[in-house]
Amino acid sequence: MGDAIRHLVIAPILLPLAVGAFMLLLDERRRLTKIALSLATVLAVLVMAIALVVHVDTPSGDRWSSLIVYPLGNWPPPFGIVLVADRLSALMVLVTAVLGCATLLFAMARWHKAGPRFYTLFLLLLTGLNGAFLTGDLFNLFVFFEILLAASYGLVLHGSGTARVKAGLHYIPINLVASSLFLIGVSLIYGVTGTLNMADLGRLVPTLPDDTRVFFEAGAAVLGVAFLVKAGMWPLSFWLPTTYAASCAPIAAMFAIMTKVGIYVILRLFLLCFGDGAGASADFGAEWLYYGGMATIAFGGIGVLASQSMQRLGGYSVLVSSGTLLAAIGTTNSAVISGALFYLVTSTFTIGAYFLLVELIERGRQAGADVLAVTMEVFGDPEEDIEEEEEEVGVAIPAAIAVLGGAFLACTALLAGMPPLSGFIAKFAMLSALINEAGDIPPSHWALVILLILSGLATLIAMTRTGMRTLWGPDEIAIPRVRAIEAMPVAALLLICVSMTVLGGPAMRYMEATAQLLYWPQIYAQDVLGAATPVVPATGGQP
Amino acid sequence: MEVMLAIGIGVFAASGVWLLLRPRTYQVIIGLSLISYAVNIFIFSMGRVKMDAPPVLTPGIVADPAKLADPVPQALVLTAIVIGFAMTALFLVVLLAARGRTGTDHVDGREVE
Repeated sequence: MGDAIRHLVIAPILLPLAVGAFMLLLDERRRLTKIALSLATVLAVLVMAIALVVHVDTPSGDRWSSLIVYPLGNWPPPFGIVLVADRLSALMVLVTAVLGCATLLFAMARWHKAGPRFYTLFLLLLTGLNGAFLTGDLFNLFVFFEILLAASYGLVLHGSGTARVKAGLHYIPINLVASSLFLIGVSLIYGVTGTLNMADLGRLVPTLPDDTRVFFEAGAAVLGVAFLVKAGMWPLSFWLPTTYAASCAPIAAMFAIMTKVGIYVILRLFLLCFGDGAGASADFGAEWLYYGGMATIAFGGIGVLASQSMQRLGGYSVLVSSGTLLAAIGTTNSAVISGALFYLVTSTFTIGAYFLLVELIERGRQAGADVLAVTMEVFGDPEEDIEEEEEEVGVAIPAAIAVLGGAFLACTALLAGMPPLSGFIAKFAMLSALINEAGDIPPSHWALVILLILSGLATLIAMTRTGMRTLWGPDEIAIPRVRAIEAMPVAALLLICVSMTVLGGPAMRYMEATAQLLYWPQIYAQDVLGAATPVVPATGGQP
Repeated sequence: MEVMLAIGIGVFAASGVWLLLRPRTYQVIIGLSLISYAVNIFIFSMGRVKMDAPPVLTPGIVADPAKLADPVPQALVLTAIVIGFAMTALFLVVLLAARGRTGTDHVDGREVE
């Protein structure tokens, strides 16, 4: 394979960036060219992501997994910036690419017309996401975070409207402050350790003397707060449901992966720097993640029950899923984390599909129908008493409603973690890992088990109520006009979840191997720093 | 000098946070700018405070690395300034859009009675 496969690491970042920049030159009216270009780009990124996953999954030498290190500008790490594709980042890039394909297809039906420069912003978001997953350097991570955030600011406002501008007014400053915290954390860590390379950092942590260790941990904590804002941990998450509810459907679906970026970075840095081999710093902050995650699940669960619109319900489901993941990371148990990785993939696709689906369902209803339905539930319909008995025995269900209802049902099962779909497998894997721990199970883990089951119940109740109110209940429902290109992405995302059920074995094995590898930061560090040999022998100066 | 720097960063950050919590959008953006100044100086100080130390080696001259200023924080600050600047500009546009749409410069989009 040689060099070609190594260049594959940078391609998912460069290609969307280049095409996105090129499309700025095209006139806004040449939509067909833009559609073709961006679709080709996203599909190419998908193919690359699959190639990456296949490559890191093939054993090489004495290892059962291989890792690609790509030194930018051929400067050897830790002095130069590296891109690293290991099992976890390749998986995240694949999830992003799949979700990107689905949302782009959906947006092509009509949303891309709602504002200028949609495709460029979309591709830049993809650039930032892929970069954040593939980078092996903290400051580079900051740069890619800013790229994806800048694109997301534009996309939140896409389609305009007062609600979106108001949501953006909160979303942007919160993220700017989080970015400042990010910088403070990064510079504190640099001031203490003198390196920004993640692998080098993981190697240095156990050797830190006690008086500087305090500063390192303070830096890591500040950095953690910045990522937790993005991941939406309670109490840093009040902006999230409003923003997700306000943004247009394909963007909200794409944002399903945005909270996962925060989770990904926490997972990576936590296990690299504060794993079992970190000496005095081992498991630093694990309790915060654990209890913070549990608080987020509780907050999300209450929010799901309380939300009156379908978009807000989706926003709170995002909170439930990120809370679950944070708590799972906080358990510092590799079996729980492998279940959590499975959950991460499933919940991302499910929430993406849900946001797309909501837009299709909402199309058939008049504005304010939710509030009306709730008031009717509480106060009763004044006209209900004088209503005549209905004559007809059966009502023919229109095909569109049947399809949407079926998809909604699948989303319900997935979000609540009910059998038979993959949401159940994910939750079951986490729960069984929690219960099957060696020795006594601490009460705090029982609390998480109960909370996970209760949050599933809350989601089930809320989704069933919403489904009955919108799809089943109404006497007359305007049949939404759904185009095939809009139904297809929803179906595709749900089909992936179904196939993750059928192929649960291989998928779970990949996640288990990934989780176990995360527990060997030494291997990661050795691969990244030991493989300092440049792609082409460097003839330049020394750092 | 370290004390001066620390006090400067503290004053910038404190004023920034106070302004950020104000209800007017203009105050928020000035607060964000002040915070980013504080952060930039903070990054600088993480390379250790040194006087008259060059950040790059002169070719052909053997130099003691301990007498050089750390160039990495300078590179980081440069990147952070550019990004912070761009984000402030972007946020300013959103502020104008919000002002035009809601008719008020309150951060919630409506005046509190």
